[in-house]
Amino acid sequence: MGTTVKTVERPAGIRRKTYLIAILEGLWVTFRHLMKNWIGNTLGRRAKTDIATLSYPEQKKVYPERNRGLHRLMKRDDGEVRCVACMMCPTVCPAHCITIVPEEAPDGSIEKRPRIFEIDELRCVVCGLCVEACPCDAIRMDTGVHAWPTIRRADAILDKEALLSRGDASTATQGGVGPFWREKVKS
Amino acid sequence: MLDSISTFVARILPYGSASFSAVAALAKSVFFILLFTMPLAGILTWMERRQSAMMQDRVGPNRANIGRFTLWGIPHFVADALKMIFKEDFVPPQANKFLFALAPMLSVAPVLIASAIIPFGAPLCYGHMSETVALGTCVAPIELQAARLDAGLLFYFAIASLAVYGAALAGWASHNKWALMGGMRASSQMMSYEVTMGMAVMAMFLVYGTLEPGAMVNAQGDWPWQWGIVGIPQVIAFVLFLAAAIAESKRTPFDIPEGESEIVGYFVEYSGMRFGMFYLGEFVEVITSSALIVTVFFGGWRFPGAGALAASLPNALFVLASVLVWSLKVFLFCAFQLLIRWSLPRFRADQLLRLGWQRLLPISIANVVLAAGWILLRR
Repeated sequence: MGTTVKTVERPAGIRRKTYLIAILEGLWVTFRHLMKNWIGNTLGRRAKTDIATLSYPEQKKVYPERNRGLHRLMKRDDGEVRCVACMMCPTVCPAHCITIVPEEAPDGSIEKRPRIFEIDELRCVVCGLCVEACPCDAIRMDTGVHAWPTIRRADAILDKEALLSRGDASTATQGGVGPFWREKVKS
Repeated sequence: MLDSISTFVARILPYGSASFSAVAALAKSVFFILLFTMPLAGILTWMERRQSAMMQDRVGPNRANIGRFTLWGIPHFVADALKMIFKEDFVPPQANKFLFALAPMLSVAPVLIASAIIPFGAPLCYGHMSETVALGTCVAPIELQAARLDAGLLFYFAIASLAVYGAALAGWASHNKWALMGGMRASSQMMSYEVTMGMAVMAMFLVYGTLEPGAMVNAQGDWPWQWGIVGIPQVIAFVLFLAAAIAESKRTPFDIPEGESEIVGYFVEYSGMRFGMFYLGEFVEVITSSALIVTVFFGGWRFPGAGALAASLPNALFVLASVLVWSLKVFLFCAFQLLIRWSLPRFRADQLLRLGWQRLLPISIANVVLAAGWILLRR
């Protein structure tokens, strides 16, 4: 395979060759931007300028609805955790950031519940697979908050209480409606 | 009150004595370096970032503050200096320690010394400071110029060209091949453009018939059409001088010796305040070249209506006004150089030398001939 040579034409004509006119044109463009932004910014009328910068801590951009933020655990009607410790999310998690230690639930209608539910936000790759895998709408990533900086690494591990503190009651029916739900809905 | 101070001073330092001139020269140097060049160089480090941001539709540094006062972010240069002072001062183990320490000083000091010849205000009529003194009538004024040399601009070029040692030594003493190559690029560039710079001013020497900047300012009038820039060879000399001066200060579009982000430059091994001196030296060169441009081409401290103002204001106030006008002119040219620096792309090394030797130098030599013909025709 041979190399091909592409000859680029040099700018022709004295006007292009001396650069001077082109330099002045360029300086005029940058000067116009400078004046517009400077005057607008000094007068405090940012809207009249071309400045695209967002002054972050004061102004925050609203994230889109489907943005994946920090995790949260949903609650049942009685305020208990919805999670039934089925281990779907730690299984599917590619970063192995979810730790669940199950225990027997005192409520007879569900067999298990998590005794420990921890997510290491430093390991999380924010892929959202845990939300997809969850069969009972117990884990969600719709908080719109991103993982904050911490001084100690241990502070980035969220436990069950922290995850529940952002939780909410789910509208889905706990435990589903069973394998014959079509008949049940008809009747 | 001014006269009572001057009579008190006259008792200690009699006017015209050697000690008086020494103290006056010292005071002028202190004003020029400590009260004008250094603060302006500091502000320019902030202004460069802020102005470039505004040109590129950004906001720029605006957060540094003293309590509740942000002052549009001007304290950023104080914060930067503090940061540099407290940073680790790293010296490469195999570097030549003495030359490594000398190089940053050599890149700042010559430019400051060379700026001694620049007149920064109207002559002060000592002993008549509270009276109105018409321009040019004072018998033995104090020239606001740290050194009045007949060699004038030749002294400037002789001393300012020593700054090339700063760059070359920094590259060599760092014991780093890339720094050495950066130093070589810097020295080849600075030497090439010094020739053009000198030849561009040569045309102005012919026009003024003097080498002395103070006399050049005196030869210009108050109104813009009486300034040195007016005339065909003068305009050409101005463009050539501006291009060469930017190349001398090693800033974009001529910044291949250092090339902030892309090319490893001659001060790659420098950190902390030693790097800060190179950085500051760059801005000191911007100020000094702007001051020189103002002196030679734009009337120095002269401004429209200066003659009338001198006849109506006390001499001390008029001199103060002239210093302020001169400062404003220099500041505007600094801002113009920043505008150029953030508008134009960088030259390649070979393009840069070709531009210097094959385009600018022949034009500048032809311009000397043109200037001679121009003077002959206008006589």
